[in-house]
Amino acid sequence: MQAGGYDRGLKGLKTFIFGTLVEHKPGVLQKVSNMFRQRNFNIESITVGPTERGDIARMTITMRGEEEDAVQLEKQLRKLIDVLEVKLLDPSETVVRELALVKVRVEDWRARSDLVNWANIFRSRIVDVSPDSIMIEITGAPSKIDAFLELMKRFELLEVSRTGITAMERGLNRIGLK
Amino acid sequence: MLELSGSKALVKALEKEGVSVIFGLPGGAIMPVYDALLDSGIRHILARHEQSAAHMADGYARASGRAGVCMATSGPGSTNLVTGIANAYMDSSPLVAFTGQVPKAMIGRDAFQEADIIGITAPITKYNHQVRSASEIPSVVKKAFLIATSGRPGPVLVDLPKDVQTEVAQMEFPDSVEVRGLSLPLDPDPELLKKAAELLAGADAPFILAGGGVRISNAHRELVRLAELLMAPVGTTLMGKGCIREDHPLSVGVIGMHGSPLANMLIVKADVLLAVGTRFADRTTCDVKEFCKEAKIIQIDIDPAEIGKNKRVHLGIEGDARKAMAGLAEELAKRLKGERPAHWYERIKQVKAKLHNEEGDGLSAPRLLRRLRKLLPDDAIVTTEVGQNQMWASLHFKAYGPRNFITSGGLGTMGFGFPAAIGAKVARPEVPVVDIAGDGSFQMTMNSLATSVSEKIPVVAVILNNGMLGMVAQWQRLFFRGRYSAVEIKPPDFAKIAEAYGAQGMRAESMEEFERAVKAALGSDVTTVIDVPISPEEDVFPMVPPGCKLEDMIGV
Ligand SMILES: Cc1ncc(C[n+]2csc(CCOP(=O)(O)OP(=O)(O)O)c2C)c(N)n1
Repeated sequence: MQAGGYDRGLKGLKTFIFGTLVEHKPGVLQKVSNMFRQRNFNIESITVGPTERGDIARMTITMRGEEEDAVQLEKQLRKLIDVLEVKLLDPSETVVRELALVKVRVEDWRARSDLVNWANIFRSRIVDVSPDSIMIEITGAPSKIDAFLELMKRFELLEVSRTGITAMERGLNRIGLK
Repeated sequence: MLELSGSKALVKALEKEGVSVIFGLPGGAIMPVYDALLDSGIRHILARHEQSAAHMADGYARASGRAGVCMATSGPGSTNLVTGIANAYMDSSPLVAFTGQVPKAMIGRDAFQEADIIGITAPITKYNHQVRSASEIPSVVKKAFLIATSGRPGPVLVDLPKDVQTEVAQMEFPDSVEVRGLSLPLDPDPELLKKAAELLAGADAPFILAGGGVRISNAHRELVRLAELLMAPVGTTLMGKGCIREDHPLSVGVIGMHGSPLANMLIVKADVLLAVGTRFADRTTCDVKEFCKEAKIIQIDIDPAEIGKNKRVHLGIEGDARKAMAGLAEELAKRLKGERPAHWYERIKQVKAKLHNEEGDGLSAPRLLRRLRKLLPDDAIVTTEVGQNQMWASLHFKAYGPRNFITSGGLGTMGFGFPAAIGAKVARPEVPVVDIAGDGSFQMTMNSLATSVSEKIPVVAVILNNGMLGMVAQWQRLFFRGRYSAVEIKPPDFAKIAEAYGAQGMRAESMEEFERAVKAALGSDVTTVIDVPISPEEDVFPMVPPGCKLEDMIGV
């Protein structure tokens, strides 16, 4: 499984981001992800969390495929009784974010100062420091995180944990219940 | 508000839904419900295997149009239901299944007879739910029936931990419930109906393909009206068989891999194809890319996800088949002036005259089925097993009503037909119900003879006994150089088996004996098994070989 990253390997396929509202109760994530497997969709990331309403959770789903696959995915999602609303988000009108925690081994001071510089340039934050390692928290569009991770390959990467994508439309647009 | 135990509330909620019969088999984790059933007017029909209980409920649902209910205990009881649930899911049948579960505190500990039936059935149910507190039960039951029967129907499973069944709570029985995630079907868009009418009115060679959705929506009258307006031939999918009386002059039979030659020949020549309530299943379309490639296709379906899922269409209309076809007929009536060209009609008549008129006394399956048709009243219900028997029935047994031909289409489940016949007979006791069986399939669920006999639900099983897993043998003859692998089954003496269960058993070795046996069975109130030996190596033809297009039909 890809840890919610942007996969650049598949040519000719587009990335689609769906915002969904679902019943906030056990088993719903399983039903949704089960359906993706059952119907052979190419899912890159699913993130889920509570909303301002206790009985509703919000799921952000990123898939790769053709236009037709996206249409089918939207319809299949709507069929699930626990899924309350589905919206295909327009990337140009949407803020898309991902958070990653990145831990690298850095022992010598020169490398350390390089690392701190780069972390600053990417507007990321250093959240933990030990004599041999540094942990950085970075937030941004998935492509920014990709770029940052690319750079971090110069060091010994100890751990990467990406949250997967969350997204929200700009302005007054929102995903509301029917 | 009423203070009741969970199991009493369940039974009361079922009564309120109008449930009069449950098919099931008890066990430890569902015993409180079985105890509560004793104080209810609901009839419980005891299956001998939970798979059969699910098929019975499914057969009941298909014959009646109402939801069928089945029940099982936790663990193996619930997993035995799985094939039956999957079968109902594939054919969009409204089934409501109740399963016992280990007490909440034991869940997840691999307790005795624990199975994660919610996880197991998620991909084969329209919805499933584990009840966590007794007070939920009345509304959960109401929701279960609403979800199973609305829009595109499908199975719903409700899992009942044992402690929830015994828990006493204040119960409120709602008259209606809202399920916020359930999208109810939209009315068909009038603009799209107009467009469809335009297309059809301008068609030279229109063709109507009616699927199971037509039966489910009770749209058979609208179908015939539309066909007659257009003077268009009507083919059906296996699920739609009978939606137009198959002796109607415009009926051309079932489309598909073992479709009627007339239907397959005509559909590929259509310039406008109206497809209603069908998902363009691969057994219907064969090579789906090549299927009606030149035609403009109009698809009507209540499930928006079906529109364009398997086949790209020119015009997709979401909505109930009955409403859509009624609207379409109105629009068409405005546009069609004068006589419709009758060249299609003439052609159908000519071809029909040539087909299927061969009679004779040898016991070939086609002849037996044509004879059976003559022996049964028009409104008789026929179920089938899976394999050659099913395809022969599709080809040679004409159905005269939308709920008169019950078969496992999507899943192709051997063993479905006999228990489904029992369920259908419970739904419509006034008509004869006959399972057209193969000797292999029948052996999968023939223990339902016990249910049929002890519950006095008389049905007839006609076993087309070729001593083979016939359809597999046919494929081995055709596509595996005739090498038989694991298909010879040397069946038991079915007549004796029937008798051992207290049913009537007969063997028919000539057409005369067959006729006599069927008449005796129809005149009797005891379940009857008629064992008819047929040639072990007869093929079902015509056939579209796998991977080919409808035009490549062989053996016509
Ligand atoms: C439960 C199940 N197992 C296996 C199959 C695969 N299968 C399809 S047709 C067939 C043979 C059926 O034999 P029989 O019931 O004797 O019918 P016939 O084809 O001889 O009419 C088999 C094994 C199936 N459809 N269902």
